[in-house]
Amino acid sequence: MVNQLVSSPLFGIVLCVVTFWVGTRVNQWLRTPVANPLLIAILLCSVVLLAFRIPLEQFNIGGEIINMLVGPATAALALSIYHQRKVLGKYFLPIVVGSFAGAATSLASVALLCRLFRLDEVILSSLLPKSVTTAIALEISAGRGGIGSVTILAVLITGVSGAVFAPLMIRLFRVKNPVAQGVAIGTCSHAVGTSKAIELGELQGAMSGIAIGVAGLMTVLITLLF
Amino acid sequence: MKIITQIGVLFGVCLGGVGISAILPFPFPASVSAMLLLFALLLCRVVKPGQIDEIAGFLTKNMAILFLPAAVGIIESLDILRDSGIQILIICLVSTLLTFGVTATVVSLLMRLADRKERQDG
Repeated sequence: MVNQLVSSPLFGIVLCVVTFWVGTRVNQWLRTPVANPLLIAILLCSVVLLAFRIPLEQFNIGGEIINMLVGPATAALALSIYHQRKVLGKYFLPIVVGSFAGAATSLASVALLCRLFRLDEVILSSLLPKSVTTAIALEISAGRGGIGSVTILAVLITGVSGAVFAPLMIRLFRVKNPVAQGVAIGTCSHAVGTSKAIELGELQGAMSGIAIGVAGLMTVLITLLF
Repeated sequence: MKIITQIGVLFGVCLGGVGISAILPFPFPASVSAMLLLFALLLCRVVKPGQIDEIAGFLTKNMAILFLPAAVGIIESLDILRDSGIQILIICLVSTLLTFGVTATVVSLLMRLADRKERQDG
């Protein structure tokens, strides 16, 4: 009976939903970006699979179904950006040039540091798109032979650290302009960072959200060239 | 019925994105093609926000859980975490800091220049 349970696509889906629910509750209880629901869910799922020796393939029977929705979810971001098109038009040049500079910095710093630590090509490809929203990061990583799960982890760490350290970085770099604050947060730490940007202010939040899309596009374009 | 129509529209555009990426002479992420295609269709009013708002809102709001299955694949790469976990963490933190700094500086500069130009013109 256990085998039939685990072989059902519903198993993977239910495990994901339950662990994510737990992660959400823990996050609500602890109220810190460090207790990121996705990170907690990843940990719980991994522990369950490893402890009960459930093969990843069986989990993925259901997991693939959830995974399939990533593509449409990424496309759906276009609607969010569309809602912000007036603000995008108003601050077009600072947003686009800023995101480009940030994306280039992210790629260059990751490449340099990987070389410094003598990490191999596969890890480099996995880490390269870490500042970009997960869906786009996964496609960039896969295109270069990176490991998807490592990319997701790097993206999560980046996002959480951006959200946690945003106020500190704002003070460190003395960023007074709210547009600059928002674009910087969104460019370096995508959606998780945006949740923090929204706390700082509506303009920051909107800018951060726009930066996710623009920086993502910039990163894709830059990686195409190299 | 409405949600099914919305799924049809959104997933249809996504399929279009897959097609576009397939035709392009260089490798370009299908999801980004779909995102750009949808944005263009929205601007041209070929697709109206009301035709996708429910499904798009649902997916955007619950985006995090969609990555859970792919992330759990990490259990097959635990050796990488063991060998290079600390380095990966450092790279993430340093790179994020630098990216923030450069972006904030560039945007602030451009905003100040734009302000100055406005004051000169006005």
